[in-house]
Amino acid sequence: MKVLVAVKRVIDYNVKVRVKADNSDVDLANVKMALNPFCEIAVEEAVRLKEKGIADEVVVVSIGPKAVQEQLRTALALGADRAIQVETDELPDSLAVAKLLKGVVEKEQPQLVILGKQAIDSDNNQTGQMLGALTGMPQGTFASKVDVADGSVNVTREVDGGLQTVKLQLPAIVTTDLRLNEPRYASLPNIMKAKKKPLDVTTPDELGVSVARTVKLLKVEAPAERSAGVKVADVAELVEKLKNEAKVI
Amino acid sequence: MSILVIAEHDNATLNPATLKTLAAAKQIGGDIHLLVAGEGCQAVADEAAKAEGVSKVLLADNAAYGHFLAENLGQLVADLGKDYGHILAPATTTGKNFMPRVAALLDVAQISDIIAVESADTFKRPIYAGNAIATVQSEDTIKVITVRATAFDAVSAEGGNASVEALDNVVNNDKSEFVGEELAKSERPDLTAASVVISGGRGMQNGENFHLLEKVADKLGAAVGASRAAVDAGFVPNDMQVGQTGKIVAPELYIAVGISGAIQHLAGMKDSKVIVAINKDEEAPIFQVADYGLVADLFDVLPELEQKL
Repeated sequence: MKVLVAVKRVIDYNVKVRVKADNSDVDLANVKMALNPFCEIAVEEAVRLKEKGIADEVVVVSIGPKAVQEQLRTALALGADRAIQVETDELPDSLAVAKLLKGVVEKEQPQLVILGKQAIDSDNNQTGQMLGALTGMPQGTFASKVDVADGSVNVTREVDGGLQTVKLQLPAIVTTDLRLNEPRYASLPNIMKAKKKPLDVTTPDELGVSVARTVKLLKVEAPAERSAGVKVADVAELVEKLKNEAKVI
Repeated sequence: MSILVIAEHDNATLNPATLKTLAAAKQIGGDIHLLVAGEGCQAVADEAAKAEGVSKVLLADNAAYGHFLAENLGQLVADLGKDYGHILAPATTTGKNFMPRVAALLDVAQISDIIAVESADTFKRPIYAGNAIATVQSEDTIKVITVRATAFDAVSAEGGNASVEALDNVVNNDKSEFVGEELAKSERPDLTAASVVISGGRGMQNGENFHLLEKVADKLGAAVGASRAAVDAGFVPNDMQVGQTGKIVAPELYIAVGISGAIQHLAGMKDSKVIVAINKDEEAPIFQVADYGLVADLFDVLPELEQKL
């Protein structure tokens, strides 16, 4: 079985986000970039499926400028077999990304496509579901457990009320939640080996997809700051303030 | 153009997030239709018909929608949605699951998690875990939107008198099926709807100690939440997690106990009206957003708090 994993290059999750002075966007100049954490979990899950003998090949794909090759190499170092970059300098929206991925799915014919549930920059939580609709594949989103067996996959999903399990016929789409697994660190020998693994480059034109956006970003602002309040000395003072000052109890 | 709002419910009662999504629809302006899709959910449709501002309730009552599978719901809503200018659903795990499928089937973008309506085509939404707020304008003919319920004040649940129209179109795909669910049972209010939330973090040390929080919660009629650290450590189940990737809450009073205040957690609760932090580490970042901070050992504070309330 072939597994396709889609990954995104995003700001490192430890970096403090700053809005540009002209409010046009957040400032990403000279900021450390990394593999989106949910995508890292997706790569790990695919590699574990290979280690269990369920998957025989793990292909990783990313969309973006040449810089995304850095994250593709990271995924290869974590255990993916080969990589595909869809090269574009545009910032395609989720629907365009899903259309590009559909093109890759048609070429690669994977039985399972694993994606992160959301990217920590745009926080959209859309691409996996959109790819599902475009390809007609069923989806198991926000997965905390994935069991592949005989032409189908059982996905346990983190939902508002607890956990839900669905059974999907393959080929299917899984999007990862935080507790699906704990990604490994790439070892130095694996990082060296990853440099020699195949990485093919294609383009939106070759896949026949337009990456024009229909949603315009007008403005980006810093959120209203909450200022620190007062320290209270003890429980009695806390209860008194909540009753008489804040009037919330 | 009319607006189609998708109701969130459990086949028995309407989830309050629906009333907040209706508030966003009202701000956009236009005739509002509410779709109740589920199984054995006539009572939900009757309840929904009384909601303020709804002119028509569409009822799709069929086993195919009983567990809100995205494949079925997405196709149903896309089929119905063609004739609307806006399609809105609350950004719950159900809404997040099926709405992008609707958008893709209609070949339009989706605007996720809006927190404000600027005009019929312009909305504000948080990005980078709420560390920035984007204003976006959609050029799509149909705007597919999920709504962060905590950012809107609910419309009234009473006073409306909408007609209920039963639909007979059934979408039932053969590629996905419901297997089972483990839903947390609690006598306490729902986290996202509670007016008081008390949450515990890694400082609680183990799951057993959460009963100290529960005792305080019972005095306050509060819901009990947790930080990601507490969930990851296995103290409590995932559905209690408050944060960027868990539940977003904005109660009148939020009490953070033994929580350091990672950005991830703050993203889920910083819109609460009053925030109380109890932590023995006075350097904990949670104190920077708290209205009232108490630097003390939570194991001393919680029993005393329970007693004084």
